[in-house]
Amino acid sequence: MADLVLPTSIAGLEPVRSVRTPAHLDYTFSAGEATSRFLRGIAERRILGERCPVCTKVYVPPRGACPTDGVPTVEQVELPHVGTVTSFCVVNVAFYGSAMDLPYVSALILLDQSSLPIMHLIQEMPADEVRIGMRVEAVWVADDQLGPTLESIRWFRPTGEPDVDVDMPGEDVGTGLGSWPELTADPGS
Amino acid sequence: MRDIAVVSFAQSDHVRRVDDRNEVEMIMPVVAEALSGAGMTMDDIGFTCSGSTDYLAGQAFSFVMTLDGVGPWPPIQESHVEMDGAWALYEAWVKLQLGEIDAALVYCYAKSSPGDLPMVLTRQLDPYVVGPLWPDAVSLAALQARALLDGGSVTEADMAEVAARSRSAALDNPHAHLRWDRPAALLLDEPYLVAPLRRHDCPPISDGVAAMVLAGDDVARAHAERPAWIRGIDHRIEPMALGVRDLTTSASTRRAADHAGAHDGTIEVAELHAPFTHQELILREALDLDDSVVVNPSGGPLAANPMMTAGLIRIGEVATRIHGGQHARGLAHATSGPCLQQNLVCVLEGDDR
Repeated sequence: MADLVLPTSIAGLEPVRSVRTPAHLDYTFSAGEATSRFLRGIAERRILGERCPVCTKVYVPPRGACPTDGVPTVEQVELPHVGTVTSFCVVNVAFYGSAMDLPYVSALILLDQSSLPIMHLIQEMPADEVRIGMRVEAVWVADDQLGPTLESIRWFRPTGEPDVDVDMPGEDVGTGLGSWPELTADPGS
Repeated sequence: MRDIAVVSFAQSDHVRRVDDRNEVEMIMPVVAEALSGAGMTMDDIGFTCSGSTDYLAGQAFSFVMTLDGVGPWPPIQESHVEMDGAWALYEAWVKLQLGEIDAALVYCYAKSSPGDLPMVLTRQLDPYVVGPLWPDAVSLAALQARALLDGGSVTEADMAEVAARSRSAALDNPHAHLRWDRPAALLLDEPYLVAPLRRHDCPPISDGVAAMVLAGDDVARAHAERPAWIRGIDHRIEPMALGVRDLTTSASTRRAADHAGAHDGTIEVAELHAPFTHQELILREALDLDDSVVVNPSGGPLAANPMMTAGLIRIGEVATRIHGGQHARGLAHATSGPCLQQNLVCVLEGDDR
């Protein structure tokens, strides 16, 4: 940094090279009608998605709009508590606020009958055995700990069912994200 | 220059607090109304531009989430300004001038209710000298009002007249948030809120949404019975440091109006984005508006003040009066920042009847 040249009147003072100005603002968040319905359901061990009347996709958690068609998702759909892992990440690095023991698995889980995956944890199995296509089920917290938060589901664990094929998101509309069969090709063949 | 017009405009009712719906749920019906008013669907829209600020929602990239409300998949051409929707309109107007698209959607929204708005607005101040003092928005406006009153050209009674006229005009505006009918003289008996501002000198804090469809040339003629042609648009900014500005005048508004050709014809109606009463008086002077001009027939931002939205509403209110044939030519003004820091002027005209 270049030396600062001060006016003679303040030449004797220490130059200010940086300022730190902490800011703090409080907000009252409102989730909206659709997400509020979802959160109230979660507090009762129910998973509520919403269906787009145009493209019939089911969104969970719903945010009130279909991002494809820009219309309200008005029909509520109660979803089963089982789904399929569509992508995952083994977390080996601790970060501020993390309550999990390392390593743990964060995964995208496509609940049966829904169209977009939710993000949640995979537990009750070794991290290095988690795989795309694996069938998993929700493990809920005790009744007295249920609340309007996704943390009412502690994590997901394997059901033991056979793995299933998974469509790569975006494949059908040509986003160039790659194709699933190529990724699953047997490395030996 | 290509002919570009406002072909439709829609706005929500503006209220103090929308706590049941999120921003997407607020936007969807208004965007749908603007599109249907133009006889269009998103398939007709070549470019979408929104105006909002994450500081109101308290959520990073909140504007990306609100795009869900227009159905942006497969991907659409879109942009966002961290400003009032009037500047989103400016970006869409430039895009239309380039000639690659024929219609654009502009929308903007504010939910100011989640936070403490006068404090949230301190975050737009310079972060080194003024911001750390956390001067709230009403106090800064009061500083400006004091400078104006000290200049001797206006009085507190003039300010009260603006308040009374705006709130009673809003009685005819079904979207307005604050409407009443009380004589200006009685208002001066009220105590100061932040001297020399009384409560009536200040805008309400409103949650609300607005959306607009713009189109060029024949597309505009095909989609509006009487398009509101944008004959001139320009925006200018004052220095960031409040201390180097003359707060009692608005040089940037005057310059924007000159560049927009505001005085090339008769201004029949003007919608001014003056959140505080004394700011209307500053703008009237900067725009050379005499008493023959109908000013803020909607009630203006003193009657409904959704942040990031009240500026686009000014353009929409003038456009609506041209669509309906009440006026042939009008001026809309939008502002952003403390004490009228940045100003946009848009001149709208209807075809000869």
